[in-house]
Amino acid sequence: MKYRTVFDIIGPIMIGPSSSHTAGAARIGRVARTLFNGNPTEANIYLYGSFAQTYKGHGTDVAVVGGILDFDTHDPRIQQSEMLAKKAGIAVSFHEEDAITDHPNTMRIVLENEQKSMELVGISIGGGKIEIIEMNGFKLRLSGNHPAIFVVHHDRYGVIAAVSNLLAKYEMNIGHMEVSRREKGEEALMVMEVDQNVEQKLLDELSSLPNIKLVSNIHE
Amino acid sequence: MFRNAAELIERAVSDEISIAEVMIQQEVEETGRSREQVIERMRANLDVMKAAVKRGTTEDIKSVSGLTGGDAKKLQAYIAKGNTLGGDNLLDSVSKAMATNEVNAAMGTICATPTAGAAGVVPGVLFGMQNRLQPTDDEMIDYLFAAGAFGFVIANNASISGAAGGCQAEVGSASAMAAAALVQLAGGTPEQSGEALAIALKNLLGLVCDPVAGLVEVPCVKRNAMGASVAITAADMALAGITSRIPCDEVIDAMYRIGQTMPVALKETAQGGLAATPTGRRLEAEIFGVSMDK
Repeated sequence: MKYRTVFDIIGPIMIGPSSSHTAGAARIGRVARTLFNGNPTEANIYLYGSFAQTYKGHGTDVAVVGGILDFDTHDPRIQQSEMLAKKAGIAVSFHEEDAITDHPNTMRIVLENEQKSMELVGISIGGGKIEIIEMNGFKLRLSGNHPAIFVVHHDRYGVIAAVSNLLAKYEMNIGHMEVSRREKGEEALMVMEVDQNVEQKLLDELSSLPNIKLVSNIHE
Repeated sequence: MFRNAAELIERAVSDEISIAEVMIQQEVEETGRSREQVIERMRANLDVMKAAVKRGTTEDIKSVSGLTGGDAKKLQAYIAKGNTLGGDNLLDSVSKAMATNEVNAAMGTICATPTAGAAGVVPGVLFGMQNRLQPTDDEMIDYLFAAGAFGFVIANNASISGAAGGCQAEVGSASAMAAAALVQLAGGTPEQSGEALAIALKNLLGLVCDPVAGLVEVPCVKRNAMGASVAITAADMALAGITSRIPCDEVIDAMYRIGQTMPVALKETAQGGLAATPTGRRLEAEIFGVSMDK
């Protein structure tokens, strides 16, 4: 089931004009900002399919920038987001792509600052609901609607067990989990959707485990 | 969890509860939130809908492009003259559906139902029928849960995205949801709600998504109007005892398959249909200040 709650259907409360092109875009931008976990100085946004064809008319551009500024779908500041991004020192560029993607509403967001860079691919599946299908080249399938923990780690034995043991210690229930790696023994990504928001203390403890490179999370 | 309309209706009938109640119970089970939290969240959605309808029928709305705005108000003035052909309640619903979508086009605050482009239909029918049915606030909230229950089925078995399934997936779904919920509000049975859904959706099958200049304005605002009127007609037919020869889940499946086979030019890319007419192209060039032969 792609949609699990009635508020995916009656909702979200949002700024018009399009739930998939405005609210969905804002949500993808906000997930990118959350996972980047810092202030980007540069944002490159690559648009595919219907997003590429109609993004100006649908306000997709202002919405995704609003999301990158951490605004919710109904935040009226979305309308001034491009000006506010400039003020916040973020250089934003849009790129219209011709490539055919599996889903007609696909966008790739690349956020950067002097320390780091992060790449995320999201799709907007309708009614404001989104899925994140790729992060830093790792394939995944994640609804942005539940709290989730992202762990980038070295692909070594025992890492997954150590992470899940720690979650058990904090009495966190894992609803959905994915592990993905580029190559055997190289960098890997673990994503866990959990039932409740994650405490900072747990994130800190996760970061200090062996073979962990980066820990990030999405709040509900 | 109900997976299709047949299971939804079956659960309402066997437990002797309304469609809205089935949805509320499932939401509580699925999210772990309390019944009160779930109902309060829907009340907040209802309040946003109320405010958008009020804005659209009383203020001078104009979209950024200038393509839409003011038609809901025009229709209210026409109704006030007391000489409508279609009947005051029907046209009031139509006006209120357009009001919401005009506010949406002007980048105002709305509640997506099930999407922003089709956000007018469900509240339009509800507030347009308010004078006729005199619902309490709780009954209005139940109407939204019933609409949501059927929308949930459509979204999970077909699509509610114009880019994925054309406008039949947006205004078509919204009209079907409103028809089914209106039957509940008027005192009909869960089975009649299903029939109303099938009748409404059948009549909007094949509807393409062809927004002029890629804006959610033309023809979206007027399609919300039609979605509201189809919903009311379908609800009346179901309440009269008329059934759909094709069962409601099969209609939903047909909608999905039509969406799959529809050309990309007719799925929210602004490359076909009304968007590709000479006037559509001219408006696009004017709005974005670009040459016609881009």
